[in-house]
Amino acid sequence: MKCSEFLHELTDYLDGVIDAPTKSELEEHLAWCHNCYVVCDTTKKTIEIYRDSQLYELPEDLRTRLRSAIVTKCQSRKKSEPGTA
Amino acid sequence: MGAIQPKVSEPVSDELALVASAKAGDVTAFEELVRRYDRNVFRIAQHITQNREDAEDVVQDAFIKAYTNLKQFQGQSKFYTWLVRIAVNEALMKLRRRRPERTVSLDEEIKTEDDSVPREVADWSPNPEQQYKQAELREILDKTINGLPASFRTVFVLRDVEGLSTEETADALELSIPAVKSRLLRARLQLRERLNKYFQRPGRDKEKSNGAQKPISGDGNQ
Repeated sequence: MKCSEFLHELTDYLDGVIDAPTKSELEEHLAWCHNCYVVCDTTKKTIEIYRDSQLYELPEDLRTRLRSAIVTKCQSRKKSEPGTA
Repeated sequence: MGAIQPKVSEPVSDELALVASAKAGDVTAFEELVRRYDRNVFRIAQHITQNREDAEDVVQDAFIKAYTNLKQFQGQSKFYTWLVRIAVNEALMKLRRRRPERTVSLDEEIKTEDDSVPREVADWSPNPEQQYKQAELREILDKTINGLPASFRTVFVLRDVEGLSTEETADALELSIPAVKSRLLRARLQLRERLNKYFQRPGRDKEKSNGAQKPISGDGNQ
């Protein structure tokens, strides 16, 4: 397997949605190709870091304010258009 | 090396009942749906717009639009996927208004030729995120993802941050499955490459590693 072929399958490999024969080919490639091993490992870390980062968390006070504004607007729509909400 | 562990989503067994009540005009039921998904919608909106005020507007506009159009939700997809589709559209509209000089579309084709081939292959420290304080790390991640095209950021946040499946992402973004996969691969690899400078091992290990700093050749070794 070539490195470019490995990269082509990287997303499915990381997502665990790959058939068994392709998976063993990829893992055989990983066993000796240091570059692909590093790319695979650091890509996996990239995903995990973003997933666990709590980037752009909605602060509780803002959350309450937004929800209250949404509910108020929904209620006024309900009143203005009875039965069509 | 194993696959990444998927995010476990909360059970949604009562969701259809909540949607049915909301359709019948029960605002309290709809409020429960807001409570369930407002944080996700905010995160998605801020990833796309890269602007806090716009993200706040998107949360309000998306939920109000969902409430107004609930009758159109037929239940073929999950309520959340349907809501995400509305939120993504609202967020893209905000982005287009803010950056009118640039066409922002999920269909935009960004430089295709070999832009997913890693140029720099440097190993990272075992727990690279621990080198930074939380606030510093968030700043790095924010700056890094901000540099990606909107169409890549959107696919990445839905698939990898929010944990939607490829099919759900394709459904929410009205893209084909191959298009989602191709954008996801490129988003992941570009983020990885941009994070190298913050997370790579200190010099000594870099010199020791034969692969460090060498690009992967497209036609590679056999």
